[in-house]
Amino acid sequence: MSVILECKSLTKKFGSTTALFNVNLSLERGKIIGLLGPNGSGKTTLIKIINGLLVPDTGSIKIAGMNPGVESKKIVSYLPEKTYLPDWMKVSEAISFFKDFYGDFEEKRAYDMLHRLNLDPTKRLKTLSKGTKEKVQLILVMSRRANLYCLDEPIGGVDPAARDYILNTIITNYDENATVIISTHLIADIENVLDEVVFIKEGSLVLHAPVDEIREKEGKSIDSLFREVFRC
Amino acid sequence: MQWELNTEKPVYLQLVEQIQAKIISGIYKPGDKLPSVRDLAAQAMVNPNTMQRAMTELERDGLVYTNRTAGRFITSDEELIKQLKTEYIAAIVQDFLDKMKQLGLGSDEIISYLNIIIENKK
Repeated sequence: MSVILECKSLTKKFGSTTALFNVNLSLERGKIIGLLGPNGSGKTTLIKIINGLLVPDTGSIKIAGMNPGVESKKIVSYLPEKTYLPDWMKVSEAISFFKDFYGDFEEKRAYDMLHRLNLDPTKRLKTLSKGTKEKVQLILVMSRRANLYCLDEPIGGVDPAARDYILNTIITNYDENATVIISTHLIADIENVLDEVVFIKEGSLVLHAPVDEIREKEGKSIDSLFREVFRC
Repeated sequence: MQWELNTEKPVYLQLVEQIQAKIISGIYKPGDKLPSVRDLAAQAMVNPNTMQRAMTELERDGLVYTNRTAGRFITSDEELIKQLKTEYIAAIVQDFLDKMKQLGLGSDEIISYLNIIIENKK
């Protein structure tokens, strides 16, 4: 299987704090991967490096063989932690905005998903609740035919029913060539949809393994293993 | 029928067991066409790769088979399904017997309890 993301001895420091230290990570296509770690462990830093928003101090990162940049951004669909769409936009305008920006954006898919979640495209973003805004953003991001999806905390702010719908959206919308990275600490909610997990602790990668292999070997859920590895 | 997944066992094994149960109970009948892996995965809220692995496992045991153009089907071999049913039930009963033994019950006692409880349910 071909590799979509390759990190080699990636290190990133902010002043005296080390956010990532010597991270080596190789991810294949066609997988759903959980990027798991406690607060401040470096998950978002890694995702920002993948998206070219941060530059590593040392080490290299390749997305489908490319350095992060204009070309790699064409195939990476990124859901940041915080919303960046202007409040005055209507949902339909946000859709047009994405359509203008990304060649792989499929408008029809976005409208289908909005419809299924009973979201009104004529509403302005500022009139939507926090959870609804998150749903709209996820719909935008998942409506692209990208090769790599980076979802930073996609389910944090939404209710359990919508969470199920969102996971379903992720399962049904990625194709065999694409890989989805989901960063979260709500592990129990997502562990059934993951192929592999990556644990990050204080900027270092401590585990990268298939979920079923962990369950087979350890006889416990990813959630319990997480609680053990990261016991405070 | 709902899919119920616990978090300790590998997911694909649980999927295999639950599809076996659906075959035994007749929810999936011999020769039935199965939904696509993607649809089944969405139903069970699991990763399509995991569902695929469960299917491969079931195929290896001959319980489902793939027709290259038409999709995936439940076996029409009723003998095989019967055999699966026997094994499946034997495993559940064995599990039950083990628990009863742990409580210190002998075979006669277990049977008399079973009779009482079944009578009361009527």
